[in-house]
Amino acid sequence: MSRLLEGFVEAFQLIIALDPALLQIVFLSLRVSILAIIISTLLGVPLGTLLGLKPERKTRFVNKIIFTFMGMPPVVAGLVIYLFLSRQGPLGVLGLLYTPTAMIIAQVFLSFPIVTGLTMVGIRAKGSEVEEIARSLGAGSALAAWTVVRELRIAILGAIITGFSRVVAEVGAVMIVGGNIAGHTRVMTTAIVLETRRGNFELAIGLGIVLLMLSFIVNSVLYNIQRGGE
Amino acid sequence: MLVELTDIRKKYDKEVLKVDKLLFQKGLIYGIIGPSGAGKSTLLRIINLLTPFNSGTYQFMGRPLPSNGQERLKLQRKMALVFQKTLLFKDSVWNNVAYGLKARGFSRSEITQRVGELLEQVGLQELAFRRADTLSGGEAQRIAIARAVAFEPHLLLLDEPTANLDPGNIELIEKMIRQLNRTKSITVVMVTHNVFQAHRIAQEVIFIHEGRIVESGPTEQIFEEPLDPRTKAFVEGRMIY
Amino acid sequence: MKKNFSKNGKNVITLVLLVGILLFTVGGCAPEPAVEPTPEPEEAPKLAENDVEEAGEPEEAVEPIDDFITLATTTSTYDSGLLDFLNPIFTEETGLEVRVVSQGTGAALETGSRGDADVLLVHDRASELRLVEEGAFVDRYDVMYNDFIIVGPEDDPAGVMDVDSVVDAFNLIADEGFTLVSRGDDSGTHRMEMRLWESAGISPEGQDWYRSIGQGMGNTLNMANELLGYSMTDRGTYVSMKEKLDLLIVLEGDPVLFNQYGVMAINPDEHPHVKYDYALMYVEFLMSDGGQELINSYQVNGETLFFPGYGLE
Repeated sequence: MSRLLEGFVEAFQLIIALDPALLQIVFLSLRVSILAIIISTLLGVPLGTLLGLKPERKTRFVNKIIFTFMGMPPVVAGLVIYLFLSRQGPLGVLGLLYTPTAMIIAQVFLSFPIVTGLTMVGIRAKGSEVEEIARSLGAGSALAAWTVVRELRIAILGAIITGFSRVVAEVGAVMIVGGNIAGHTRVMTTAIVLETRRGNFELAIGLGIVLLMLSFIVNSVLYNIQRGGE
Repeated sequence: MLVELTDIRKKYDKEVLKVDKLLFQKGLIYGIIGPSGAGKSTLLRIINLLTPFNSGTYQFMGRPLPSNGQERLKLQRKMALVFQKTLLFKDSVWNNVAYGLKARGFSRSEITQRVGELLEQVGLQELAFRRADTLSGGEAQRIAIARAVAFEPHLLLLDEPTANLDPGNIELIEKMIRQLNRTKSITVVMVTHNVFQAHRIAQEVIFIHEGRIVESGPTEQIFEEPLDPRTKAFVEGRMIY
Repeated sequence: MKKNFSKNGKNVITLVLLVGILLFTVGGCAPEPAVEPTPEPEEAPKLAENDVEEAGEPEEAVEPIDDFITLATTTSTYDSGLLDFLNPIFTEETGLEVRVVSQGTGAALETGSRGDADVLLVHDRASELRLVEEGAFVDRYDVMYNDFIIVGPEDDPAGVMDVDSVVDAFNLIADEGFTLVSRGDDSGTHRMEMRLWESAGISPEGQDWYRSIGQGMGNTLNMANELLGYSMTDRGTYVSMKEKLDLLIVLEGDPVLFNQYGVMAINPDEHPHVKYDYALMYVEFLMSDGGQELINSYQVNGETLFFPGYGLE
């Protein structure tokens, strides 16, 4: 029990002291996950909106594919990206393996189906109705789609939050494509795995608490936006 | 002639609408009556170009339907449709009413002037800064109508605008429709299953049954001397459906 | 109108806040990390000061190189803290950053063969020599060794402490079916363990006392600790975790338990993009007198974990 306490104390000391190594890990985690979710949002929200506004019978096959990819095991996603980015893979010349960029690609691969799928589901519930009203009031296609997104922003933000939660807590894919290189590709989750492997369970839990606090802050901000939209 | 429909056919699995000839004259209030499922809403949606039709010709102000998307949008912007189910945007009342003007690219000052004037005219200025989702059913429907006429369309299409409202609100909305028709000379086409409402408000009545126009003409004629026994049965409230 | 704006204003503020956080994280991190690797968040293992100074005597002044190499290695070298000790010294001498990807030996060899690293530090001599033969790697040296030990619960129910050879120990454990936790991850340690089972004439796979867990050494020791079982481990990982474990060394010193590490560069003829020259600098650093002394000087909890040179006489 006292060991556990020591671990918490150690972790919090690192936080309070703004330990540079810890801060770097924290910032890299945020940078990778937030960039990944921004890319997924920019791609997934328009695609999900487009699909959600189509009648369901026309998108059945696409639905199945998206829903399947929503459940993709991160390690498999990581391996696929790894094989693409490896020097012997088709994109090997880019030299992206073991870089933060590779981690962002893997996380986009994981979160894009979630953002797209959940946006589609949210739009489908009420989107066509909103679209028709917008059109009946003289909106062109672009404005009508934008109005749909605005009206259903709560559902869409829910999709984004879910996608973010998935990537920020994900370890399998970033471990494989990032390599957990200290000071370069080490993020919260891979650091937790490392400390667990080294038997530093308490520090690992401390890092886990930091990760939860970060998620709480980011989600609070998103939640406030969502509430503001009500 | 504002709108002229000739030989319009609409099929889903089976034919739901077959209109041989239908004319709407500028400046009048039309009432479309008929039992539910008769095709009244489909007709409104076809007029508003929300639902494509399978065959026939559609003319707006003497001109045929353009095939070009931009031109169609221009045409669509000359009318407005208020749906049976009120849905206001999750925004302020003001922004809801301003929506059509913004879509048409009006300047900010012009929008401010027009929205302000309209709300005052229809007696809704005290609602201007409420959030739309805090309105009562009657208030919301009046705002929905105001939103549809803010850009002064030639044609206002109303689908059961007073369904589920209490008599007080029905009266307010009917008054509003008459006022808009008179002061802004907006042609109104209103679908209602309520024959008394059609009687009160419309100058011309069209009776639709099973996807076909059974009879149309001046309100007095339809109610006092209907030619078709089905029309007679419906306006006397004897039609079972 | 005013009321309306203030309502929207709240949304705008939260949005601006979010975007602010975003820019901060993105902007604050965008530049590549400084050449100097960031220290680990935990305490670096204690080391006598004079050891470092003596060992890391200044070489001739060289223009620092602003680049990095990728080192694929095993979890044992990394988790024991050895590389956190060695690499900053190399970086200081050359300017080269060392990016360490620590995996099982199997994965590290695969990473190297695919050309995804520049230099390898692994321990599976037979496979290494075969891959050098096949042309995947060049400039391979026996850089250091450590030894494996067998650890077990304090009461040693199998009586392993009474025997001196691994073959006998494995037979004792297998006969009575005492729990033994194995890496099972195709790492160098795991491969060595499998060879020893083979020489003991036992095939443990699938036995219910044999737990093959497919994880790193640290996790394996933790599980053996929880299950009151035995395990074969490298000394380094055990020593670095000793304080947290109730496991004791029940067998050590059998010559078959020596574990040879090799350092090698990826063959630039196979993978032209690799930084062969820099890889060679790293190999030379480890093989130099100074580097070998540094390895020898590294201690955890007062014990030397890796011994320089070739250990299998």
